[in-house]
Amino acid sequence: MESRHDSYNQHISAQYNAELEALKNHLLEMGGLVEQQLGDAIDALLRRDSGSAAPIIDKDAVINQMQVDIDEECSRILARRQPAASDLRLVLTIGKLTNDLERVGDEASKLARLAIDLSEDAASPSNLLEVRQLSTDVVDMLHASLNAFARLEVHQAVGVVIADRETDRDYGSGLRSLTALLMEHRDSIPTLLNEIWALRSLERVGDHAANIAEQVIYLVRGVDVRHLSRKELKQQHLDQP
Amino acid sequence: MSAELSLKPRHLLPAKANKRTGMNVSVDGLSLYYDRHTKALDDVSLRIKRQQVTAFIGPSGCGKSTLLRCFNRMNDQIEGCRIEGRIRMDKMDIYHPRVDVSLLRRRVGMVFQKPNPFPMSVYENVAYGLRIGGLRRRRELDEVVERSLRAAALWDEVKDRLNENALALSGGQQQRLVIARTIAVEPDVLLLDEPASSLDPISTLKIEELIYELKSRYTIIIVTHNMQQAARVSDMTAFMYQGRVIEFDTADRLFTNPKEKQTEDYITGRYG
Repeated sequence: MESRHDSYNQHISAQYNAELEALKNHLLEMGGLVEQQLGDAIDALLRRDSGSAAPIIDKDAVINQMQVDIDEECSRILARRQPAASDLRLVLTIGKLTNDLERVGDEASKLARLAIDLSEDAASPSNLLEVRQLSTDVVDMLHASLNAFARLEVHQAVGVVIADRETDRDYGSGLRSLTALLMEHRDSIPTLLNEIWALRSLERVGDHAANIAEQVIYLVRGVDVRHLSRKELKQQHLDQP
Repeated sequence: MSAELSLKPRHLLPAKANKRTGMNVSVDGLSLYYDRHTKALDDVSLRIKRQQVTAFIGPSGCGKSTLLRCFNRMNDQIEGCRIEGRIRMDKMDIYHPRVDVSLLRRRVGMVFQKPNPFPMSVYENVAYGLRIGGLRRRRELDEVVERSLRAAALWDEVKDRLNENALALSGGQQQRLVIARTIAVEPDVLLLDEPASSLDPISTLKIEELIYELKSRYTIIIVTHNMQQAARVSDMTAFMYQGRVIEFDTADRLFTNPKEKQTEDYITGRYG
């Protein structure tokens, strides 16, 4: 039975409704903060602005605490309510999503640190083109995956899973162009290496967004798609709205 | 069919025939009317496998206990009760006119919600059915009584109290004694109607553990109000509502991803 958008306020126990609703809201709050951190970090990186990068690193602790709190909430509901079916899938999914979101938070901190490094490095021969391109894609993916979770939209989640495979390819080609520049511009090695690290971080964000999307598919449909090929995904008609 | 039912008690048969694995039970188009207007079961069809635990869950009045009572023909005695459809255990049609109901009940044991030991000693409770079955020799009786009490995970607690009145046992012990009494006559199918609902949580867990231990030798069918219990003990679960089986699937699937909305609403505690 597919999870429905309104299904968390129909329990006989009003208290249980409130607990599940709060859990979902806390996860969305964490997602919102992580998105903001990522956006700010990318912004600082592209502007090579060390001033706006420092607060991002500090804020990571808030995300870590949110992970701990939400995980505790999940344990409490599992122990006290013994959720079943879509409720069980919601609690299990959120337990996993906090992990991915916390990792995206870590990547945002890493990007902020790279922004500080880059502000001190020589000018970039690439003009941060590869980082700029990949960052637009992964920010969209993270946003879409959280949207899919909030609205329980499977086809949007499938879109993110498929987009991640393209992101992996873009990461590969970005890496190749930066490696080529490394050989040409020996005086810019530290700058280019930092760009490669940034590219790697962004690629990891894409992976986490895809993990989130896969969990959303499990939450809504109860099927595990983590190890399916693109073709198999299409065969299951999961990409239809 | 009738040859199957005229078998002697198991313990009088050679050792090989004594190896129990239960019976497959199939229900086809079963409907039951308590009177002309009250349809308690509505076209129920199920395949229940041997060596598995099958649970029936559903709200009060959904027909789960009625269905359970069809397997040992306890509804037949109710005046005005009419049954359509068929129940087969392996190949025998248990509603065939030539079926001897008392022999059927020897093969289909039942345990009820409230422990109902006989007001006699622990030993005699278990030996009772064996004596009726014609077993007289003390040594054989001793052997079967011990084996049954061990199988019911009660032996260690009562081995020094065999001659005490069974009513002196705790509720949980009484229920396990009733199970020992039921399995002493070596049935093929065990029907459990809310077997733990009057017991404390520890006794409940002991009964559940016992169900798990017994399932390799019987076909076990359990009715329970306790959904977590059904999720813990059953291999297959049927959700019933208004006399119909709404969904019948593996417990794994039914409790994580049921197909029907009615099942989902019931097991998650939503408004139906």
